Amino acid sequence: MAKVIDGLYYAESHEFVRVEGEFGYIGITDYAQGQLGSVVYVDMPEEGDEVSAGEDFGAVESVKAASDLISPVSGEVVEVNEALEDEPELINKDAFENWIIKVRLSDNAELDALLDAAAYEAICK
Amino acid sequence: MSETKVTCLHDRHIQLGAMMVPFGGFDMPLQYKDITTEHNAVRQHVGVFDVSHMGEVRVTGPEAERFVQHIFTGDVAGAEVGKIFYGMMLYPHGGTVDDLLVYKMGENDFLLVINAANIDKDNAWIQENIKGFDCVADNQSDSYGQLAIQGPEAEALMQPVLGLECAELAFYTFKTIDVAGETIIVSRTGYTGEDGFEVYGSHSYIQAAWDKLIAAGVQPCGLGCRDTLRFEVGLPLYGDELTDEISPVMAALSMFVKLDKPEFIGKEACAEQKANGISKKIVGIELQDKGIPRHGYTVCTLDGQEIGYVTTGYKSICTGKSVCMALVDFAHSKLDTEVCVMIHGKARKGIVCKKRFYQKSYKK
Repeated sequence: MAKVIDGLYYAESHEFVRVEGEFGYIGITDYAQGQLGSVVYVDMPEEGDEVSAGEDFGAVESVKAASDLISPVSGEVVEVNEALEDEPELINKDAFENWIIKVRLSDNAELDALLDAAAYEAICK
Repeated sequence: MSETKVTCLHDRHIQLGAMMVPFGGFDMPLQYKDITTEHNAVRQHVGVFDVSHMGEVRVTGPEAERFVQHIFTGDVAGAEVGKIFYGMMLYPHGGTVDDLLVYKMGENDFLLVINAANIDKDNAWIQENIKGFDCVADNQSDSYGQLAIQGPEAEALMQPVLGLECAELAFYTFKTIDVAGETIIVSRTGYTGEDGFEVYGSHSYIQAAWDKLIAAGVQPCGLGCRDTLRFEVGLPLYGDELTDEISPVMAALSMFVKLDKPEFIGKEACAEQKANGISKKIVGIELQDKGIPRHGYTVCTLDGQEIGYVTTGYKSICTGKSVCMALVDFAHSKLDTEVCVMIHGKARKGIVCKKRFYQKSYKK
């Protein structure tokens, strides 16, 4: 069974946001990594890039295919998880721990449109 | 669209928990465990593939050889029984109908092994062109099951696990063996760049052989690693590197087009391409920037002019490099030409290289 963590915000496209103060950590869910299989590459934006809710900001790639990453929220990228450059498989080990980008949230109201853990778990069935 | 077909091993794939995908009209296993594990099993040890989706057409009759010579780019004239030829069937303009293996079963008796996705098209093509030849072509695709046992340890399994004596088989030859009231075919062929065998038999024979291999601990391998394996050693896939628009000359497969034969469909077009040059060519590209080139991505010059597209691309499992095959304008096809591949909206730099990204290790 795929893990779902309480207190995070989830998108139907299988990204999560963990909010800490004015920042959001965005990654893919445990369910998403399970569906993808071994991650061999993560295409990430750069620090200073702007991401917009509903738009893609990169891709996670398995051997077979690239899956777009859709940002659940808008904001400026303040950090990218550089550990994923050398070890993209960290996402398979722990998807929630290994977030992909950290953004400065520009509109907290966007979080209201996302799913909570229970609602997200329901769509993964 | 016709109904999705299944192979004689379909229920076994489901039981093994394979991830199934549609391919060539069949519901086929993409992977059982994961592509990397299965890929490495074949490179380092051995793996077994269900390739029962492949089509088989038997051509027999007094003019069977003359007919095969007419539709096939290889030269089977006077070949010994037991020889296998790789080549193509072409349209008159040089585009490819399909790539295939031709097994010489006997005098004026050939087995054509064709791609699953092309079974109906190929049969129509064969029937259209066989008119006037004193021979018949029988589509036996539904009667045969087929296994590919691939990897450096394949030879050592064949006798103990399957009871098939075939260590003496040379590369691209086959033998028939009578087993339990039927005649099966074993050939030293494959689509992985490794030593290995392919076995053709009835559904019940193939089911029993599969079960023995799995019981012996052989890794079942899906179409996912079949593609990564063939790609690494630069083998073409029909639909990617060969199409009705891509001739074998454009695909850099001229060695399989025997222009010294008196005649075959597409000969003039290929001879013309050889003599006067081609407008586009399949090349290898090794990426120097980050990113993974994927089928369909655009290839550009450094200043952004579109020159072609990626036909197959991966992060090579054996080398770790991001590499692809691409169809590009001939003017940009020279080795060491700097190009870009457009990946997720960014131009990623690469260099034209040989399309053999990993060395084959056939036992010849």
